Amino acid sequence: MESLLNMQGVAAHYGQSQVLWDIDLDVEKGGALALIGRNGVGKTTLLKTIMGVQKATSGAIRLDGEDVTRQASHDRSRAGIGYVPQGRHVFPHLTVEENLMTGLSALAGRGKGLIAKGIPGHIFDLFPKLDQIRHRKAGVLSGGEQQQLAIGRALAGQPKLLLLDEPTEGIQPNVVQQIEDALRRVRTELGVTIVIVEQYLDFAWSFADEYCVLMRGRTVRRGRTAEESAAEVAHLVNV
Amino acid sequence: MLDATLFAGQVFNGFSLASLFVLAALGLALSFGLMRVINMAHGEMLMLGGYLAYLTYLIVPGPAAILVAMPVAFLGAAVVGGLMEVTVIRRLSSRPLDTLLATWGVSLILQQAARSVFGPIGVGVTAPDWLNTGFALGSLYFPSTRIFILAVAVAVLAGLGLLIARTRLGLLVRAVNQDRMMAAASGINTRRVDLAVFCLGTGIAGLAGVVLSLLGPVTPSVGQSYIVPAFLVVVMGGLGSMVGTTAAAIILGLVSALSQIFLDVSMSQVLMLLFVIIFLQFRPQGVVATRSRALEG
Repeated sequence: MESLLNMQGVAAHYGQSQVLWDIDLDVEKGGALALIGRNGVGKTTLLKTIMGVQKATSGAIRLDGEDVTRQASHDRSRAGIGYVPQGRHVFPHLTVEENLMTGLSALAGRGKGLIAKGIPGHIFDLFPKLDQIRHRKAGVLSGGEQQQLAIGRALAGQPKLLLLDEPTEGIQPNVVQQIEDALRRVRTELGVTIVIVEQYLDFAWSFADEYCVLMRGRTVRRGRTAEESAAEVAHLVNV
Repeated sequence: MLDATLFAGQVFNGFSLASLFVLAALGLALSFGLMRVINMAHGEMLMLGGYLAYLTYLIVPGPAAILVAMPVAFLGAAVVGGLMEVTVIRRLSSRPLDTLLATWGVSLILQQAARSVFGPIGVGVTAPDWLNTGFALGSLYFPSTRIFILAVAVAVLAGLGLLIARTRLGLLVRAVNQDRMMAAASGINTRRVDLAVFCLGTGIAGLAGVVLSLLGPVTPSVGQSYIVPAFLVVVMGGLGSMVGTTAAAIILGLVSALSQIFLDVSMSQVLMLLFVIIFLQFRPQGVVATRSRALEG
């Protein structure tokens, strides 16, 4: 299979402290990779480095063959990376509809009139709740609604690759199921490739084709979820 | 007993002064609200607007000159502001103190340039005849120039409000304002949004320069006399809030004008400064507290 995301020897620093060492990753088109590991091992930093929010201090990141290592975050978004960060980061004083419209900015340069077409209908199809609350301010929504909005906003830019940082963290169990179902549809119906950081191993295993365990900023184990059970790697993830 | 006519007249003068303050301060509030940049050369954008008005009057004399001068000054100041953003401010974006010093340097350069080109003595702009009138209401007299300036301020505020609330650029500005990292990760070119807002802010200062030229001569240091009250308005307004900036401009305009019933102009300036100091002791967050870098609310 052709790879969509390819990382070679990527390192990242916060000031003087190195947080990622020599990361090599390859995610095939249409695939889903689960990044797992204990707290503070660099999973979020790795997603930020792919998005360009955090600078890679060495190595190379390629999206669909194009080197994006030196590109600014907005250019990577326009190249086809969607980002759902930890803590959701919805724009609190914008309405649901306005939040979704900001996501259309990723379509700039991809064809005339794409932004003018407005929010793609499939987002409300995936998350019907967002249609009902489209005029409410994002800051007053529940955690589950905000998460659906953050995913919807990333999908508004029609990404090839979607980065999800703990999408089910701190969300009511009944909403978690809705989000999981929607993410499965994003993979199967929209064909979006996904890299997901997930602490909840059962979901990670049922959702992703491949897993990658991070420890102290390095990848220590990789494999296919179909070939191993979650229990076999649980000791590397649980404290 | 206080003369009601005098009081009403000073209230009108207060609003008139507030309209000047708001035009001078809006650009500062915009750039500080979004980019946390303190532009010490903002006063020189007023000066530039004044000189552009003077030049427009030389080229297009006649009653419509002022109406031509306004877009010319807006665009001229916006272009100079844009150049400043690209060449100085963007390169120092993570160093606020250096930005302060560098823009102060730009301010000195622009003042000296004006002195070299137009001379140290001010140039005059004659208001067209249709602005040299006024109307009386009882014993009160309202000069047309002052009413015109008030109308310009209201139009600018309404235009800016519509731009921020109703246009796609406004949406992007609000998004960058609330979460710069997420805005960039959503595909918004945050640097371009910064540039647009900075140009808009300096353009409004250019407009302010045109209306100032109706009140007195344009000198190389004309911007300096308005920059201090403009900073006071921005700080008291809540550092970047549009509503706060407008409210603070009205409050300070009224304080200044009403105190002149009892005090001379210099003492009234002292009182205005004291008022701001005392106000900030009780409400350090300003008239409108900004939760994020905020233009709204």
